[in-house]
Amino acid sequence: MFRYLAQRLIAFLPTLLGISILVFLAIRLVPGDAIVAMLGTEAGMLTQTQRDALEAYFGLDKPPLEQYVSWLGNVVQGNLGFSVRHGAPVLDVILRRFPVTVELAILAMIIALAIGLPVGVLSAVRHNSVIDLAGRLFALIGLAMPNFLLGTLIIYVLSVYFSVLPNAGNYVGIADDPLRNLGQVLFPAMTLGFSFSASVMRTTRSAMLEVMGEDYIRTARSKGLREWRVVVRHALRNALIPVVTIAGVEMGYLLGGTVIVEEIFSLPGIGRLALNAILQRDYALVQGVTLFIALNFVLINLIVDVLYTLIDPRVSYVRKG
Amino acid sequence: MSAKAEPLVVVSAGPGLLRRLLHNRSGAVGLALVALYLVVGVLGLLNLTPYSSLEQHPIDRLLPPNSHYLMGTDLFGRDVTSRLMVGAANSLRVAVLSVTLSGALGALLGTVSGFVGGTLDNVIMRVMDVFFAFPAILLAMLVVVVLGPGMMNTVFAIAVVYTPIFARVARGPVLSVKAMEFVTAARCLGVREGRILLLHVLPNTLAPLIVQVSLALSWSLLTEAGLSFLGLGTQPPEPSWGVMLSESRGLAELAPWLMIYPGLAIMLGVLGFNLLGDGLRDVLDPRLRGR
Repeated sequence: MFRYLAQRLIAFLPTLLGISILVFLAIRLVPGDAIVAMLGTEAGMLTQTQRDALEAYFGLDKPPLEQYVSWLGNVVQGNLGFSVRHGAPVLDVILRRFPVTVELAILAMIIALAIGLPVGVLSAVRHNSVIDLAGRLFALIGLAMPNFLLGTLIIYVLSVYFSVLPNAGNYVGIADDPLRNLGQVLFPAMTLGFSFSASVMRTTRSAMLEVMGEDYIRTARSKGLREWRVVVRHALRNALIPVVTIAGVEMGYLLGGTVIVEEIFSLPGIGRLALNAILQRDYALVQGVTLFIALNFVLINLIVDVLYTLIDPRVSYVRKG
Repeated sequence: MSAKAEPLVVVSAGPGLLRRLLHNRSGAVGLALVALYLVVGVLGLLNLTPYSSLEQHPIDRLLPPNSHYLMGTDLFGRDVTSRLMVGAANSLRVAVLSVTLSGALGALLGTVSGFVGGTLDNVIMRVMDVFFAFPAILLAMLVVVVLGPGMMNTVFAIAVVYTPIFARVARGPVLSVKAMEFVTAARCLGVREGRILLLHVLPNTLAPLIVQVSLALSWSLLTEAGLSFLGLGTQPPEPSWGVMLSESRGLAELAPWLMIYPGLAIMLGVLGFNLLGDGLRDVLDPRLRGR
């Protein structure tokens, strides 16, 4: 297992290097002068000497390759640069926002699985029944409903019918006031969870349908096991692999910041940080956040691969080598 | 990612496709919704709308749906129906252009990569892996940062996200097709490699690509709306369903129709392409029927 992990990590190195090159290049490709981008109109007031000094300070006078190498060197040491807008190191800004996104992601995942798994199993077990039809309809709507629409709808319903404004006021950390915090995170998490529960439902349903036709299910039934036991113990467990796959991919997306939902509900998560960095042209931050999110995404995928071995003993990475 | 050769089902995507699609429930509903979207979009494209989509009627601000303005008016007294129709045209333009671009480029990269194999395959697929490491919306946003916001740049943003996906979808079947006897036979007859790829391999890998095109259209419709909603896509006052939804925020209590119609439009459009994709998959790939 550890050998496998080490191998996967080494195999990721070229991808990581590629990610860093892409992020670095993307920012360099932005038209216009980096100094102007940083200072805005004030850049016009700089004398040539001041401008040269600034360029030398940020290493902009060096050739791109040299800039990349020194940037990468800093990144490896955990120095992602300095955010002009926030007046703080990029990594600090990111780590301050990240817990919000993590909380949102976990809650959304719980909601999605709590809805998607049972509905999917029920749909498959009662194949072609009214329940199945309703379940499939639910999934279709869930997949077609963009989260910016659902989020807007939720806010509308809450504010008009319940006089509650979920996005009002400042964000409260979970450690400061767990209840208020839950009130702020619950609705965005529902928005995200609902959309994703549709894919969970569809995946569970199709995997269950496939598994329920297997010989070992007939064997389990003919042993006289109760139906729910056959379904949960024998079928569901084997149907979980594709669900884990999409849940893993989704978790990567969620941890990458759910830009739109965080924006609608005014949650100070990492997605909104990325959006604002882009809108405010805070390039050091854009670079840092993008890199951070991509790294996250790659790591989650690795974790999912490891999870397979825990769910399905047939998947063994050790022997494959 | 390791090369996983899928068991191959060669199904012709010929003239019988439409008939078979219409016999499939998802396919028929999907086709109807997509057709509706196309008709509305083309009318919008030709500016055959009740009013101009940008014309303001200051006296008729925030009117609920009525006989003059079928879907009401917005904050500036602009006709929601007309804006919705031009919005359909805009999203259609973005979707078709971005999917054509990414489909052509991705299919080319994927098939060449799979067909040639070796180092070239390795390099192309590793580069694609880098793009896969970014959440789609973030990658699209990154492209918008570089190019600046705007409708045409949304096309490139979506194309950048979808090219690797098409490449991967195209590559899989190529790996199994290129080992088949008819390819060897063609080679024995002295057919040139480029011709084998184009005439013998590519047509047999089309089925998954066609399904992917439908899903890509649905996703690009969503992404165009999403980016525009965030202010990174189509720029106001030019109508886009995302822009309209974004403008409805804060007015929803006063004028819920501003949210309902663009919202419904997005949902039905996405639903249409999703169902069409499901139908196409059922028809083209019998192994998955009924799943």
